[in-house]
Amino acid sequence: MKLVKRALQAILAHLDIPLMCIVLALMGVGLLTVFSATSSDGFQKLDKQVINMAVSFLVMLAIARTPPQSLMRFAVPLYLLGVVLLLGVALFGIVVNGSRRWLSLGFVRIQPSEIMKVAMPLMLAWYFQKHESMLRAKHFVAAALILAVPVLLILRQPDLGTSLLVSAAGFFVIFFAGLPWKVMFGLAAAGGAALPFAWNMLHDYQRRRVMTLIDPTSDPLGAGYHIIQSTIAIGSGGGLGKGWLKGSQTHLEFIPEKHTDFIFAVFSEEWGLLGNGILLVLFTLLIGRGLMIAAAAPTLFSRLLAGSITLVFFIYAFVNMGMVSGILPVVGVPLPFISYGGTALLTLMLGVGILMSIQTHRMLVKK
Amino acid sequence: MSNFYATEPDLDRFRNRILVAGAFVLLMFLVLLARFIYLQVIQHEYYTTRAESNRISLVPIIPNRGNIVDRNGTILARNYSAFTLEITPSKTQGLEKTIDGLAEIVEIQVKDRKRFKRLLEESRNFESIPIRTRLTDREVARFAANRYRFPGVEVKARLFRQYPEGTLAAHAIGYISRINQRDKEAIADQGQEANYKGTEHIGKSGLEANYEFELHGTAGHEQVEVDAGGRGIRVLSHTPPIPGNNLTLTLDAKLQAVAEEAFGGRRGSLTAIDPNNGAVLALVSSPSFDPSLFVDGIRFDDWDELNNNPDKPMLNRAIYSTHPPGSTFKPLMALAALTVGKRTPGQTIADPGFFNFGNRRFMDDKVGGHGPVDMYKSIVVSCNTYYYMLANDMGIDNIARFMGELGLGRKTEIDIPGEATGILPSPEWKQRRFKRKEQQKWYSGETISVGIGQGYNAYSTLHMAHALSNVLNYGKVFRPHLVNTITNPTTGEKRVIEPEPVRQINLKPEHVDIIRRAMTGVAKEGTSSKAFAGAPYTSGGKTGTAQVFSLKSGQKYVSGQLKEKLRDHSWYVAFAPAEQPRIVLAVMVENGPDREETGRPGTGSRGRGKRRTARGGESR
Repeated sequence: MKLVKRALQAILAHLDIPLMCIVLALMGVGLLTVFSATSSDGFQKLDKQVINMAVSFLVMLAIARTPPQSLMRFAVPLYLLGVVLLLGVALFGIVVNGSRRWLSLGFVRIQPSEIMKVAMPLMLAWYFQKHESMLRAKHFVAAALILAVPVLLILRQPDLGTSLLVSAAGFFVIFFAGLPWKVMFGLAAAGGAALPFAWNMLHDYQRRRVMTLIDPTSDPLGAGYHIIQSTIAIGSGGGLGKGWLKGSQTHLEFIPEKHTDFIFAVFSEEWGLLGNGILLVLFTLLIGRGLMIAAAAPTLFSRLLAGSITLVFFIYAFVNMGMVSGILPVVGVPLPFISYGGTALLTLMLGVGILMSIQTHRMLVKK
Repeated sequence: MSNFYATEPDLDRFRNRILVAGAFVLLMFLVLLARFIYLQVIQHEYYTTRAESNRISLVPIIPNRGNIVDRNGTILARNYSAFTLEITPSKTQGLEKTIDGLAEIVEIQVKDRKRFKRLLEESRNFESIPIRTRLTDREVARFAANRYRFPGVEVKARLFRQYPEGTLAAHAIGYISRINQRDKEAIADQGQEANYKGTEHIGKSGLEANYEFELHGTAGHEQVEVDAGGRGIRVLSHTPPIPGNNLTLTLDAKLQAVAEEAFGGRRGSLTAIDPNNGAVLALVSSPSFDPSLFVDGIRFDDWDELNNNPDKPMLNRAIYSTHPPGSTFKPLMALAALTVGKRTPGQTIADPGFFNFGNRRFMDDKVGGHGPVDMYKSIVVSCNTYYYMLANDMGIDNIARFMGELGLGRKTEIDIPGEATGILPSPEWKQRRFKRKEQQKWYSGETISVGIGQGYNAYSTLHMAHALSNVLNYGKVFRPHLVNTITNPTTGEKRVIEPEPVRQINLKPEHVDIIRRAMTGVAKEGTSSKAFAGAPYTSGGKTGTAQVFSLKSGQKYVSGQLKEKLRDHSWYVAFAPAEQPRIVLAVMVENGPDREETGRPGTGSRGRGKRRTARGGESR
C-alpha cells in the first residue's frame, strides 16, 4: 500500500494538473471524432488510437519526471542525429508519393524530420542558454544557421508541412531569445520581396495548392476537391452541428483524409459552431497554460523551450483549422491531440512532457 | 517571481514577448472564429444545399413509350423488356480487356463489338453503353456469378421498341434510335431536357418523330442517397413515371398489307385517303425497310445496305417522291375548265389526232384521232387533243391558281415529317426556280404540256389522293392525317382528332358530279374497264403515265427496248364506291413494265384484281 501511494505521489509530483486536464479533454474530443470518422470500418482505428494515446501518455509521464537539466544533455546529440538522418534521407531515402521522406532501417521505416520537431527547439534553447547574458548578433546568425540546415533538407524532400513546423519551432526560440523587432520586420520585408523567387522554387503540386487556395473552384475535381468538400462540411454543420455520427459529408465519404489531416471538418460538421468554439477555447487554454509555464520557468533554456513548444502547438492548431476551413493552403499538418496517428501524437506528448518537466522542476531549481 | 539566473531586463523582455505571443494567438483564433461564423452562420444555408446536392442524386426513371396500333387495334409498335449488358467505359480497367473477358462468359459477336465502338464514339465516357442486348436468362446468371471480375459492367433491364409487323407501313410509323446531338438541341428547344434526362431513344422519322412528345411520357425519378463514389445507399423518395400516350391510327393494317404486297417489291408508292375526313387508310412506299434495325444503333453493314441500295428503301416515296401525274391530271383540268367557265360538258371538239401550236405539232395517242370528243369522252378515252386545246384556252395562270386551290404544289400538312412541296408550274414558279433570264421566261407551249399532266408538273401520290379527295368532297378540304385517337393509358382518357375542314374550295356540286361520272366511266368502259369487269362495287378512276424520257419525233415507244430506269412511271388514281366515295387512292409505280398493259399494282383490298391498261396521255 505504502509503495503504491509513494509511486502515485512520485507521479503526481511531476504532473501539471491543469495542462493534463486540457490535454485529456482534447484527446477525448479526438477519440469521439476519430470514432465518427472511422465508424464505417469498425473499431480498429479507434482501438489503435487509444493505444497510441496510452503509449504517448506514458512517454509524457517519463519526460515529465526528467529534469530540464537532463533534457539539455540530449539537445546536441539529438540534433546531430537528426541532421545525419536527414542527410541519409536525401541520399538513401525511400520515395513515397513523389516525396523522399522515409529512411528504411531494415526492420522499420522512420521519418527523421519528425525528430527535428523536438530536436530543433532543444538545440536552439541549449545554444542560447550556453551563451546567456552575452548574446550578440553573431549568436543569432549562428542560430539561424542551426535552423536553416535541417529546414532546407526537409523542404527538399519535399515536405512543406514539417518544414513549416520545424522552422516555426526554431524561430520561436530565437524570437523569445530576444531577436530585435527591427531585424524581424526587416526579414519580413525581405521575405516579401523574395516571394516571387520562392514561388519559382516551389514544386508544381505545392504551387497548385496555393493556387487552389485562392480559387478552389478552379480545380474542383483535383486539388480543389479537398477544400471544397471540407468547407461544405463545416458550413453545413451550422450553429449546433448535425449531431455526432450524423454528418452526411463524413459518412458518405465526401471528406478526404477524414480521420487524419481533415478530421476538423468531421468534428465541425457534427458539432457546429458551438463545438468549434469549445475547441478554440481548449486550444486557447492549452496555449495560455504553456505560456504561463514559460513565463515562470527558472532558466533561459527552459523558458525558451517552453515558449517555443507552446507556440508550435498553436501553429499546429491554427494551420490545420485554417487549411480545413479554406483560409490557408493545404499542408500536411494534423490537428494536435485529435487527428489519428501515433507519430504526431508522440511528438506532441513529448512536448507536453517537457512543459510539465519545466513546470514541476522549477522549485527544485530554486532550492 | 525573482530569478537568480536571469538578469532582470532579459526577463522583462522575455515576459513582454510572451504577452505579445499570447495576444497574437488570441488574434489568430479570432480570425478562425470569424471564418467559422462566416461558414456556419452566414453561409450556412448555401453549404447545406451543397451538402444535400452532394448527398442526394436524382435518378431518372424512363417512362414507357406509347404503343401505336392501327384502326382495328393491330399493334404496329410496342415495347418489350429485355436484359442488356452495359459497360461504363470510365469505370472499367481497360475496355478491350473487359470486352475480351466478357466474351468468355456471354456471346459477343463481331457485330456487337462494331456497334459498341460506334456507340462509344457518339457517347461520353461516363455513359453506360450496351455491348449485348437481349441476354438470355442463362447468360444473365453466368454474368452475375462473375460480376466481381468486371468493374463498370452491369446487367440492366431495359425496354426495347418492337415493330411486330416488321416492314409494314415502316415509312408511316418511322423508327426510334439513340438520341444524338441534334436531337438534344431539339429537346432543349422544347424545354424537355429534364424529362429526357434518362431517355436514350427518340423518334427519328414518321409518326415516331412527329408524335415524339405524345409517345414519350413523363419521366419519374428516384431520390437516392449516394456516397462520394456515386454508389446508392438508400432510396429517399420515388416518383413513378407517367407512360406515354398510345396512338390509334386511321391506317388499316390489312389494307396496307395487301397494297404493299401488290407492289411486288417494285419501286413506287400509294396513298389511300377517306375523302370524308382526310383519314389516311394506307400509305405505301415500296420497297420498305425494317425499322427494328435502328432501335439500338443500326449495324454498319445494315446502314450501308439501306443507304446504297439503288431502290432507296429509306425514302418515303408516298410523301416525298414527286413525278408528273400524266393523264391523272386530266379530270382536274376538266373541273378547272368548268369552274372558270372555259368549257361546258357538252362542248365538243373534233380531234384530228394532233394539235398545232405555232410551228409545233402536239400529237394524240391515237393515230387519226378520236373524232368528236366532249368532256365525258375526253376523260374516258383520255384524249390529249382535248386538253391541249383546253390548256391553251385557259392559260397557265388560271390552271396554276385552280390547281393550287386543290392542294397541289403545296404541303398537305400530313402528320409525318418529310413531305415534299411538289411543283405546280407557273410563270412565277419559273422565276423563282431559275436564275438565268432566258430560263425564267414562260413559253405558251409549256402550258400545253402542263395541260396533260406532263412538263414541270411534279406531285406525290399523297398530293394526288389529297387533291382528288378535295374534289370528290365538293371542295371541303381536310388535312390528311394518320392518327385518329391519342389515348392516355393511365386515365384511359381519349383525344379523338376530330377532322375539321381546313378550308372550302369554291366548286359547283354539279361540276364535281360531271367529273365523278366521267371517271366512273373510265372504270366501266374506258381505259381501265377490263380491270374492273365483275367487281362487286362501282368505282371511278383515271390512269396516267409520267414520262421519264423524251422520244425523238418519229420514234416509237417500245418499253422492252428501253433500260428500266428510263421507262415511264405508271399512275393510277381511283375512288370507290362511285356514288359516295369512301376511299380515294393514288398509285405510282416507277418505271412500270409496260405502257400498254400494266397489270400491277392492284389498288388495295377494295381494288383487288383491278387491272389497268395504262394509257395516259402523252405529248409527243
